[in-house]
Amino acid sequence: MRVAICRYGAGNVRSVELALQRAGCSVDSGPDADVSGADLVVLPGVGSAHSAMAGLVSRGLDVALRERVAAGRPVLGICLGLQLALDWTDEDGGVAGLALVPGRAVRLAKGRVPRMGWAALDDPAARTSDGQNTRTSDGQSTNGLVQPTGGGEATSGQRTCYYYAHSYVADSPATTAWSEGVPVEVRWGSFVGCQFHPEKSGSVGAAYLDALLDAWRLPAPSPAVRQGAECHSPA
Amino acid sequence: MPLPRLIPCLDVAAGRVVKGVNFGGLRDVGDPVALAAAYAEHGADELVFLDVKATLEGRRTLIELVRHVAEQVAIPFTVGGGVRSVADAADLLDAGADKVGVNSAALARPGLVTELANRLGRQAVVVAIDAQGGLVRSRAGTTDTGLRAVDWAREAEDRGAGEILLTSIDTDGTRAGYDLELTAAVAAAVDLPIIASGGAGTTAHVAAALDVAQAALLASILHERPSRLTELRDELRAMGVPVRREVAHVA
Repeated sequence: MRVAICRYGAGNVRSVELALQRAGCSVDSGPDADVSGADLVVLPGVGSAHSAMAGLVSRGLDVALRERVAAGRPVLGICLGLQLALDWTDEDGGVAGLALVPGRAVRLAKGRVPRMGWAALDDPAARTSDGQNTRTSDGQSTNGLVQPTGGGEATSGQRTCYYYAHSYVADSPATTAWSEGVPVEVRWGSFVGCQFHPEKSGSVGAAYLDALLDAWRLPAPSPAVRQGAECHSPA
Repeated sequence: MPLPRLIPCLDVAAGRVVKGVNFGGLRDVGDPVALAAAYAEHGADELVFLDVKATLEGRRTLIELVRHVAEQVAIPFTVGGGVRSVADAADLLDAGADKVGVNSAALARPGLVTELANRLGRQAVVVAIDAQGGLVRSRAGTTDTGLRAVDWAREAEDRGAGEILLTSIDTDGTRAGYDLELTAAVAAAVDLPIIASGGAGTTAHVAAALDVAQAALLASILHERPSRLTELRDELRAMGVPVRREVAHVA
C-alpha cells in the first residue's frame, strides 16, 4: 500500500512514517508526496491549529485533501490532523478547518489539560444505552472499517488503551468512539480520524493501524455508500 | 483522567546510558536503545532521556540516539538536557522525540516556553523544575533562583508548558520517598499533568506519588533492570493503583 504523509510543519511525521513502514506500507513523507495518487493519505499532527492550518493552505494540501475525500479516497487524520479535518476549531482564537467532516474542535472541559497519557476506550454497549452513540443506536455498530476494540476482550478487565496528548477534542456527529466520555474517533465518508496516537501506542496502536489498512485494501465502496456517515458496508 | 503513568528515566551521555557516581564521575551502564526497548516491552508508559552532560559536541550523538530510539520504540518519549532554543527542540522532534524537557534555559529566558509551545504545541513542552525547600534551583541544582516552585510552575503553565517534571532535590537519591508535600502543592497550583521525581525507594513510595501526581519518574529504583518494572507494575496493581495492563504483545 502506497501511503503519502502530509508534511506541513506540524510535528511527528517521523513516528507516523515508522509506524506505517512497520505495517508494511511504502511511505512517502517528502514535500512532493503524491496526495492525489497515493492509496492512503495520512494527515498527522501535533502542534497548534493556526500554524498547522496555515502550513496546509500554503502547500495547497487543503484543496488536495478536500478533492480526495470528495472522491471517496481514504484519508487518516491523527490527533491535530483529526481536529483540522472538522469545520472549525476553537484553538488559537478560532480557525476554520478543512471541513472534511462536520463538527468543531472544542477545548477539553474537565480534568488536567493537556489530557496526557494512556486511557481506555469507553464500553460501546454503555454508550448505546445512554443514547450518545448515534452510530450504534441505529444498528451500525459493526459497519465496515474496523472499530477500535472497545470491549472487554483485552486482558483481565481493562479495555484497550491508546496514548493521548491533546487539549482540544472533536465535537462531531461523526463520532464513533469515546474514551472517558471524550470523543476519540470520527468516521465520515472515506475519512477516519483518531484523537489518540496509534503510532505511539505500542503494539495496540500497531494493531489499530493494521486493521484500518486491511479494511482500506478491500475494494472501494459504491459511490452511494461513500457520501454518508457509513464508510463501508460490512466486510 | 488517563491512567497513572510510570516513566523510566535514562541518563545518557555520548550515546550511552550512564550512572552518576557522587557527582562528576559517570559510569557507562549500557546501550540506551536496547534498554529503552526493554522498558517499553515491560510496560513503560513513556520514557525520559536526560542528556546529563549536554555539551554542544554531544548534540549530534544525541540526535542520532533519538533517531534510533524512535525506530525501535513505539511509545512516547521526552528528551531533556541542553535544550536552549526552538531549533534545538525542533531537531529532537524531527528525529522522532515526542516532547522536549527544558529547565535552566527556560528559567534564564521564560519566553522560550512560549516559543516552544507556539512552534511545537504545548503537549511537546515539558518544563522540568528542580526544587529544594520549595524553591527552584537552576543549572543542575547549583544555582538559587529565589523563585517558589509553585510560582514558577504557574508561570510555566501560563507561558505554554504542557507538563511539569518536578524533581525534589531534598528527596532525590534518598530512597525515602517522593516529596509529596511539594508535589501536592505544585499539583494544586496548576491544571497541567505533573510528573513526580526523586526519592523512590519502594513500591509504596511510587503508589503515594501517583496519588498526588499523574506520573512517576523511575530512576534508580529500576536499577536498569527492565523486569523490575513488570514487578513494580504488578505490585502497584495489587495495591489498587490502576496502572496500564497491556504490554507489547497484546494485539
